[in-house]
Amino acid sequence: MINSLLWLIPLLPLLGFVINGLGRNTFSKNLIGIIGSGTILISFILSVVLFLELSGSTQKQFPVELFDWISVANLHIPLSFLYDPLSAIMLLIITGIGFLIHIYSVGYMHYDEGFGKFFAYLNLFIFFMLILVLGSNYIVMFIGWEGVGLCSYLLIGFWFTNDSYASAAKKAFVMNRIGDLGFLLGVFVIFTTFGSVEFAKVFPLAANMMPGAATITLITVLLFIGACGKSAQLPLFTWLPDAMAGPTPVSALIHAATMVTAGIYMIARSSVLFDLAPITQNLIAIIGTATALIAAIIALTQTDIKKVLAYSTVSQLGYMFLGLGVGAYTGSFFHVITHAFFKALLFLGAGAVIHAMHHQQDMRHMGGLSKKLKITFATMMIGTIAIAGLPPFSGFFSKDEILAHAYQENKVLWAIGLITAFLTAFYMFRMMFLTFSGKYRGTHHAEEKIHEAPSNMTIPLIVLAVLAAVGGLINIPHVFGGNEWLAHWLTGAGVAQHELSLDHTTEFGLMGVSVLAAVVALLYAYTRYVKNEHVPVADEAERSVFAKISYNKFYLDEIYDAIIAKPLNAFSKFFYRIIDKKVIDGLVNGVGWTANEGSKGLRLLQSGNVGFYIFMMVFGIVALLLYTYLSIA
Amino acid sequence: MELILLIFLPLAGAIVTSFIKGGAAKISALGFALASLCVTIGLITQFTPDATTQFAVNYPWIQQLGINFHVGLDGISLITVILTNVLMPLIILASFKHDYKNANSFYALVLFMQAGLLLVFTALDGFLFYIGWEAALIPVYFICAMWGGKDRIKVNMKFFVYTIAGSLFMLLGIIYLYLQNPANNFDFNAFYALELDKYQQGWIFWAFFIAFAIKMPIFPFHTWQPDTYTEAPATGTMLLSGIMLKMGIYGVIRWLLPVVPQGVNDWMCVALILSIIGIVYASVIAFTQKNAKRLVAYSSISHVGLIAAGIFAINLQGLQGAMVQMLSHGINVIGLFFVLDIIFSRLKTNKIEELGGIAKVAPQLAITFLIIVLGTVALPGTNGFIGEFLLLYSIYDYNIWMGAIAGLTIIFSAVYMLRMYQKVMLGKTNELTLTFTDIKGTEKVVLYSICILIVLLGVYPKPILHLSEASVQHLLEQLKLKGLN
Repeated sequence: MINSLLWLIPLLPLLGFVINGLGRNTFSKNLIGIIGSGTILISFILSVVLFLELSGSTQKQFPVELFDWISVANLHIPLSFLYDPLSAIMLLIITGIGFLIHIYSVGYMHYDEGFGKFFAYLNLFIFFMLILVLGSNYIVMFIGWEGVGLCSYLLIGFWFTNDSYASAAKKAFVMNRIGDLGFLLGVFVIFTTFGSVEFAKVFPLAANMMPGAATITLITVLLFIGACGKSAQLPLFTWLPDAMAGPTPVSALIHAATMVTAGIYMIARSSVLFDLAPITQNLIAIIGTATALIAAIIALTQTDIKKVLAYSTVSQLGYMFLGLGVGAYTGSFFHVITHAFFKALLFLGAGAVIHAMHHQQDMRHMGGLSKKLKITFATMMIGTIAIAGLPPFSGFFSKDEILAHAYQENKVLWAIGLITAFLTAFYMFRMMFLTFSGKYRGTHHAEEKIHEAPSNMTIPLIVLAVLAAVGGLINIPHVFGGNEWLAHWLTGAGVAQHELSLDHTTEFGLMGVSVLAAVVALLYAYTRYVKNEHVPVADEAERSVFAKISYNKFYLDEIYDAIIAKPLNAFSKFFYRIIDKKVIDGLVNGVGWTANEGSKGLRLLQSGNVGFYIFMMVFGIVALLLYTYLSIA
Repeated sequence: MELILLIFLPLAGAIVTSFIKGGAAKISALGFALASLCVTIGLITQFTPDATTQFAVNYPWIQQLGINFHVGLDGISLITVILTNVLMPLIILASFKHDYKNANSFYALVLFMQAGLLLVFTALDGFLFYIGWEAALIPVYFICAMWGGKDRIKVNMKFFVYTIAGSLFMLLGIIYLYLQNPANNFDFNAFYALELDKYQQGWIFWAFFIAFAIKMPIFPFHTWQPDTYTEAPATGTMLLSGIMLKMGIYGVIRWLLPVVPQGVNDWMCVALILSIIGIVYASVIAFTQKNAKRLVAYSSISHVGLIAAGIFAINLQGLQGAMVQMLSHGINVIGLFFVLDIIFSRLKTNKIEELGGIAKVAPQLAITFLIIVLGTVALPGTNGFIGEFLLLYSIYDYNIWMGAIAGLTIIFSAVYMLRMYQKVMLGKTNELTLTFTDIKGTEKVVLYSICILIVLLGVYPKPILHLSEASVQHLLEQLKLKGLN
């Protein structure tokens, strides 16, 4: 059954894209919504059916070859899928959350003139994302990898008449491409090393290699560069906050729940390779931790509700990379899942707020919204508790699994992770309090119009809130008498994480410390923003040095501009104006000029003076005779 | 006999069209181009995809000099014939929106050029090859010089002299080979069989290399190209960039590699380095170009540099990549120039800064233009990816650092192409672009065809790869026999 149904799962969204793309101007909004969401719903149902099939099956790997795509000599790349426990879960997340977000978008985008186009793009995104996780080799994965990048480009720049949105879209695509070059080179090295790019061929061969071998290190570093682009890690993360230019459902689906976790998926998929490269693992752990910390620091002072969530996403992705770096593959993947629940929830909730506020995103003009947006407030609060890591909601379990592994590997990484957890709880509650507590700070006129979102928006919020609350159940650790279902499940995909050898007291201790950190952060945020009614200062107001650095995002955009964009543009002008126009073309024209001037000189000889011709002839004869005489002599 | 029909059909078309007055000339030209396409399709169906030369025709022509009218097709030439005859109807159709004065001469020249190109791509006789080479150049010179922009005369003089100079180097090479040939003829196979020493091979390598490098063009022989592309009429630019530059690539594969393998072996590193410099250099220049047409011209230098580099790395993936990429680059670049022509004929400018917001008023153009841009930046699923992937692999296989530097094109092409797309199509509509009307009629036919080709080749490239694989493999085996590693 898996072999016969699997290809339908990505095909349906593709069909939805084609149909909605062609009918975007003629179909009614209802029809577009039904086609767009319906195709994803069927894909989701199929994913569930296949998931159940896989659970009951002893065989855990189902390769499905569609057709020969690129084939040159020994380089053989079929368009083929691999259905295994890892891709099965990804399918559920993508189609499940994708479906909820499609439903939500019907309400959110209802008054947008690009309604049809939006759903076409959204379906196309789901298609590419499914290709990404279904690919049975690195190149098919790369189709999805770049395809989701394209959709991200299209959806960030959805309101393209705004020039800064269009620039944000371009920035996202270009920064992703920097990573993609790394990915592609990594694939080349994989091919020359193993003679194949198929997972099923590469991983068994890799298992025989020496840990720490130079080629494996090279491969994993290159793949990791690819992951840094897609999953917004240092130094390539600055596109993600700008990507908030896109409509909020896009931020929830692409820039929180699915696409940005592709890097984690890819590394978890290649865990056999990464386990052999301790240097890369250290690098990943360090980059992940640094990203988590820096993004959390930036999030502390942001005033745009979506920007807070964007930096929070970067920071949480950093956690996941920390997990990968310390060998907690299932822990990271667990966090991918729980994060998909609570971050999609938070973004959609923020969307409901923005919807209610008529596109106001600045929290300084919000406040007191909990009375009017009851469902939004309640569901977002659940999401906030989940991300803050308070038990028993989902984020607590996944985050603590990563932190426990970090503690086992390296206490410094753990400590930074803990600080980040503290900061996370603080900025999230800060966001909640600024938005929902205290008095309303906007205009009176706007206040009257504030209303709760329609049910097609609130129902997805409620479903996601339930998932964010109970999502942790899929991988309850042994400490709590759980059976770590997810970890067992993923071993079927060859993803096996390092054993945790901490005793239960230490584990409980670690959890206690992180819960304490979150509670302290909560109380501090409460005192500052609810009791003292503190409101962030205006943009132009004086800030302390620390706040300035945080508010201005460590000046990373400015630094990149100064050290990369500006020099490249200067080179561009130098190459064009000096090297091309003056030097090379100068030489070329010089050759032409020489020929021209030379011929002018020669032309003088043909003066039309017969006496001169006769003189030259005699001169020639004499010269010839002389030459003959001399050569004989 | 099929090949005689293939080559002489456009020639007959040129003669017929030259007598047709007024607007019917373009119809006539399109008819002949479509007929050529049909002949090509017939050839493909009859072609056996192995390494042999098929449909060969060999008539004595100037017997005293050993010159024969010897033509034939193998997988490599078939790809270039497909390129020529698929693009020709599109290029002619793309010109329908213009009412060129002296249309009969214009279209006669276009068809005459087609005959010249087909001769180049099918010739098995060195002399014939040279005839075709020049026969393709002269019409396009007149097209550019008589129907071009305001700087056309000066710019074209440079183009003409530059390429003629290159041709002369090649002619010297051909004559030298002829003199070395004991059979006293210009037969390709006799040239392939020559036992030339290292120094002879070195000199001949450079004679041919310069000719081909100018044609493509490869850095630093490229400075004629941006001016010419910018000043030429749209049809001329499409002919030059879509088809004619492939003569240079074809020349490298057909002449350089098999005739002087030792020379290639000695100098491939230099050729690779020049090609790779061209990729990066032209991309960087494209970053800040103000004229969209010139930007695309520089991007073409960059893309052709990649093809050349992939070939000079000498392996199957690279050569096969070059085959697909010749086709893909042809399709994409005429698409880009056509879009710019559509914009120019409506708004009288290709200056990026003056445009913007066209997507709002012309959604159809926005979509098709975007697909072409994506093909150009080699997104997987488009035609550009297949070629670029194979070419980059080939360069990587030769040297990982060269692969990484050439790979910068992945990033750079996204930078300049998306910048152009943004400045031209996105943002707010201004006073100028407000009047823009969406594509219609023949414009739609051309752009939709191009988009379909882009996706089709990207999703299912196998038939094309299959056509040339045996011939390319055979070529590589020949090179190996001659000691090229």
